[in-house]
Amino acid sequence: MSDKIPVTVLTGYLGAGKTTLLNRILSEPHGKKYAVIVNEFGEIGIDNDLIVGADEEVFEMNNGCVCCTVRGDLIRIIDGLLKRKGKFDGILVETTGLADPAPVAQTFFVDETVSGKTSLDAVVTVVDAKWLKDRLKDAPEAKNQIAFADVLVLNKSDLVTADELKDVELRIRAINPFAKIHRTTRSDLPLEAVLSQGAFDLDRILAIEPHFLEGGHHHHDEDVQSFSFSNDKPLDPKTFFAWIDNVSQIQGPNILRAKGIMSFKDDPQRYVMQGVHMMFEGDHQRDWRADEKRESRIVFIGRDLNEKALQEGFEACIAK
Amino acid sequence: MSETEVRSVAELVTPCEAGAHIVACGFLGDEAVFATGEGEIVFLNGKRVAAHPGAGILEAVCDGEKIITCGDDGRVVAANAEGAVETLAEIKNKWLDHVALGPDGAIAWSTGKTAYVKTKKGEKTLEVPSTVGGLAFAPKGFRLAVAHYNGVSLWFPNSDTKPDLLEWKGSHLGVSWSPDGKFLITTMQEPALHGWRLADNKHMRMSGYPTRVRSMSFSHDGKLLATSGAESVILWPFGTKDGPMGKDPGMLAPAREGSRVSCVACHPDKEAVAVGYTDGMVMMVRISDAAEILIRGPEGGEVTALAWHANGVSLAYGTDEGKSGVLNL
Repeated sequence: MSDKIPVTVLTGYLGAGKTTLLNRILSEPHGKKYAVIVNEFGEIGIDNDLIVGADEEVFEMNNGCVCCTVRGDLIRIIDGLLKRKGKFDGILVETTGLADPAPVAQTFFVDETVSGKTSLDAVVTVVDAKWLKDRLKDAPEAKNQIAFADVLVLNKSDLVTADELKDVELRIRAINPFAKIHRTTRSDLPLEAVLSQGAFDLDRILAIEPHFLEGGHHHHDEDVQSFSFSNDKPLDPKTFFAWIDNVSQIQGPNILRAKGIMSFKDDPQRYVMQGVHMMFEGDHQRDWRADEKRESRIVFIGRDLNEKALQEGFEACIAK
Repeated sequence: MSETEVRSVAELVTPCEAGAHIVACGFLGDEAVFATGEGEIVFLNGKRVAAHPGAGILEAVCDGEKIITCGDDGRVVAANAEGAVETLAEIKNKWLDHVALGPDGAIAWSTGKTAYVKTKKGEKTLEVPSTVGGLAFAPKGFRLAVAHYNGVSLWFPNSDTKPDLLEWKGSHLGVSWSPDGKFLITTMQEPALHGWRLADNKHMRMSGYPTRVRSMSFSHDGKLLATSGAESVILWPFGTKDGPMGKDPGMLAPAREGSRVSCVACHPDKEAVAVGYTDGMVMMVRISDAAEILIRGPEGGEVTALAWHANGVSLAYGTDEGKSGVLNL
């Protein structure tokens, strides 16, 4: 997994501060070189040989699944960039403000070249602290962008009061309890917080307080829900894969994102997986450390998910 | 067939270190050339020409006299056997994704949704509904196939009539005409080929591949279409007017465990096909009896380019790790 080129997806509603963040990433002396895929030329104030204009061409795969959409232009551009391997350390993809992140994320599952040579490091969503609540009312894209995020940059936090900021944060948490939130004023945050997140490592999923979601101390978003299930008994891999396959087929269209770390019976390694809609992928990651708790945990973010069925299904995977 | 039985001609290969991902290869006169992802044209004799300085070559085509490259610097460049380069087109801030060579020195290239054709008389453009996936000139007559999402546009650049649209849902990437011009085949984003019999636009679906097909090559007589994308070379029969419809494809030259066919090139006048694999192995296989000859062992890198000299005696290959070589039989 390690020799795959990391890809960071930058998303966020119009005017939230995405381009400011991108310019920061490119101008900081981090000693790394990034290939940058942007939706509009000219906004990038940095000279970079490897800036590529994208067309955001979304198309459906011919597999009879309407939610299986991918970005054709990304496949083409990454194909081209891979011919120049060694010239850059990572790829940054900036989406337009109105973009649904699903096709971008799904591109990293569907195309075998893209998924074989690159890995989705993190989806970074920039949100505007002042206007987010309005956007959540009128723009479904804004909600999807939050649901998809691994890292949330809560920008322009100086333009609201401390109470308002807290409220916005709770609104975000109601949609996505798993992303790391960073409060910023001008997208000014350490780059370590954005790049090389290894979202696929999913370590922080294990770090989430299991009862966080059950607590009554935050709003429930009326539209997007999230569930997290965990168990310290080892799972039976056969049952688990059959179950997750079934979940992706039946609930896939409603699943925005899913992630998990599994502890399988008689398996010294952690198995990590992630999914977008009907696409799931996973791999053995590394040996369980002696000092860590062997625990399986899986999270789902989506619309109209059947919590009870998911929980029962997960628990049925426990090895007998 | 066990590996010990396979005859090897590896000692007849002259290796060449191109140093970067080989996008395409060919011959200028008798000299093999390799177009790289780092914008260079590398000659077997060691000469290197910076066709796209500081940029990358995305696609290249070669007709024996010149090699035409298009790159992420927005340029189309022609180079000859002497290493002289000429810029044929330039569009700032764009990637020129595809290039094709046509009759009478005509050249086509594309960026985004626009296809361009340049002839001695001038330049023409065609806008298609979505990004161009591939370009190919018809073997006869001045006609260009432009593959895109949901089909292929067939364009007569010298005529003002609207292009004919061959429709089929999905993203069409590579495109190729049969040598007699009767069939048009595309490689798709899905692991499948699609084809049309041009007499009546009848559809041909060729599927069952485990991975995307990135390379296809018609046999010299047009009776077979060899393709990559599976554990063996898949050969679709095109010897009758129905093409492969209702027929099973042939399979040849199985890959080693864990490897797949990544590149194919049919011999210019014999019933044989050169085959490259994802583990770097290169073979030649005779179609009549499946006899295999080893050209390069599984030395790593994925074979990304294969080209025969028109004389049928020399074969050039290149990998994504910049290893290349020429076989002289």
